[in-house]
Amino acid sequence: MGKLTFKAYFDALREGKLLGLKCKACGKVTCPPMSVCQECGADELEVVEMKNSGVIKTFTVIHVAPAGLENEAPYVVCEVETDDGPWLVGRLDIKPEEASIELVGRRVTITGQELPPERHYPDKERRVVPLFKLS
Amino acid sequence: MKRDLKLRDVAVLGVGHTKFGRSPEKSLMDLFGEAALEAIRASNIEKERIEAVFVGQHVGELTDGVSNFAPFAAAEIGLAGVPAVRTEGACASSSVAFREAYLLVATGVYDVVLVGGVERLLSAGTALGTRALATSADGVYEFNAGLTFPGIFAMAAILYSQKYGIPLDELREKMAHVSIKNHKYGALNPKAQFYKKYGDLKVEDVLNSRMIAYPLTLLDCCPMTDGAAAVVLAEASIAEKHVDKPIYVLGAGLSSAGGIYRQRDVTVPMSRVRSCKMAFEQAGLTPEDVDVVELHDCFTIAEIIASEAMGFFEFGEGADAVAEGKTKIGGKVAINPSGGLIGKGHPVGATGVSQIYAIVKQLRNEMEPRELQVHNAKIGMTDTLGGDFGTICNIILSTERRGEA
Ligand SMILES: [Zn+2]
Repeated sequence: MGKLTFKAYFDALREGKLLGLKCKACGKVTCPPMSVCQECGADELEVVEMKNSGVIKTFTVIHVAPAGLENEAPYVVCEVETDDGPWLVGRLDIKPEEASIELVGRRVTITGQELPPERHYPDKERRVVPLFKLS
Repeated sequence: MKRDLKLRDVAVLGVGHTKFGRSPEKSLMDLFGEAALEAIRASNIEKERIEAVFVGQHVGELTDGVSNFAPFAAAEIGLAGVPAVRTEGACASSSVAFREAYLLVATGVYDVVLVGGVERLLSAGTALGTRALATSADGVYEFNAGLTFPGIFAMAAILYSQKYGIPLDELREKMAHVSIKNHKYGALNPKAQFYKKYGDLKVEDVLNSRMIAYPLTLLDCCPMTDGAAAVVLAEASIAEKHVDKPIYVLGAGLSSAGGIYRQRDVTVPMSRVRSCKMAFEQAGLTPEDVDVVELHDCFTIAEIIASEAMGFFEFGEGADAVAEGKTKIGGKVAINPSGGLIGKGHPVGATGVSQIYAIVKQLRNEMEPRELQVHNAKIGMTDTLGGDFGTICNIILSTERRGEA
């Protein structure tokens, strides 16, 4: 079993599959991938397909974007607690003007969205981001 | 750090600080040289006594096409040949440099060293500056979503509102008091980017300024800044021979963390809790002993979160504390009387040493203008945050040697 690379993780996400690493020591799931379990630090991990669902914990509307992403603004970024435990940063699929504090606690499904690469981003071919849709 | 490690007392001699703001005519090296020479002159010490140079520098590669900054910096001030080391810990880069330098003097590797920091973010422009700063968050799993630093702290504000049951509109009003206070002090500080500007803000001004990352407006954010700061550090008995008021280093904490999605509840940043504990244990002090604080107010909510995790207020009470004036000069604990990052500016790599500069001025009773002086300040503390709580560094400074305070 090799480490789940960022490329393999995003290639799967682009196909709609959320991959995580299940720890053989504590049973908890790590996502996005790391070299060890994010809960206990053990390094015996197996790749598993996670549930494509979770809850919005917090969000923001980005009005001023970094160089390279100016054309995407404004956009909504949020953190979602997945039903398997790990939190993820991603984009929320709503119009920015519809974002309000009522989003916190809403359930979402998780897919992947492909966006144009950016000069300094490590994958020079594509930039895949978790895309959350209100369910 | 090992508990039985024998540490020599170490003190700050001279300090140097450029005028923060826009400096298109000055290169990174011009700024560094200006601050470093001011610090050396104020130390009354022969330059040849300096045995090593430490420089905090964050994104020179992106803003100025410059890396390998430290050797050029040593050469710039006539010290070519000495060991020269750059530290990079995002906004805490020069606090990390200060701590490493302090430990090497305390353990006897060096007797006299120079520590500086420099950055040019305002001259880089907002889009490039925002991109450059974003490199210090998770470059893969946070940047892919287009998350920016205002965005990270905007999400922290919403978590804070939810956790403590403070309606977001109410929290935003309390947060505005951080901006009002720090701009008030920054407007008085001749070294500040916003000197003579924004000194009389109202809550509505902060709430109604341009939205950057909901719910943070422009006036909730620190600015992009060009600037540099530097200090000379030496073993205490050497320092005492050269300056009238050496300022002693009593504690230096440093801690680390991964991305915000791994930290989850960033209203209680564990990296800051650990770093502060390390610094207070070394100093043999508690938060109640601290008279003046320069902490990392990159955003209004960031000051509130820091004031709690450093131990000055209970968790969930920091927002009320600032709104009630407890963090003003003359309050329970004076927070950011220099204007902080919001009023004074935030030249990332220089910020940590700029905070040290401000505390040294306070403890020497030399803060200008005098209305920014905290009365009878004996113990001061800095807090510098790099990235999204990835690096936290805390330094405790005193007018007295360890054990004598
Ligand atoms: Zn585990």
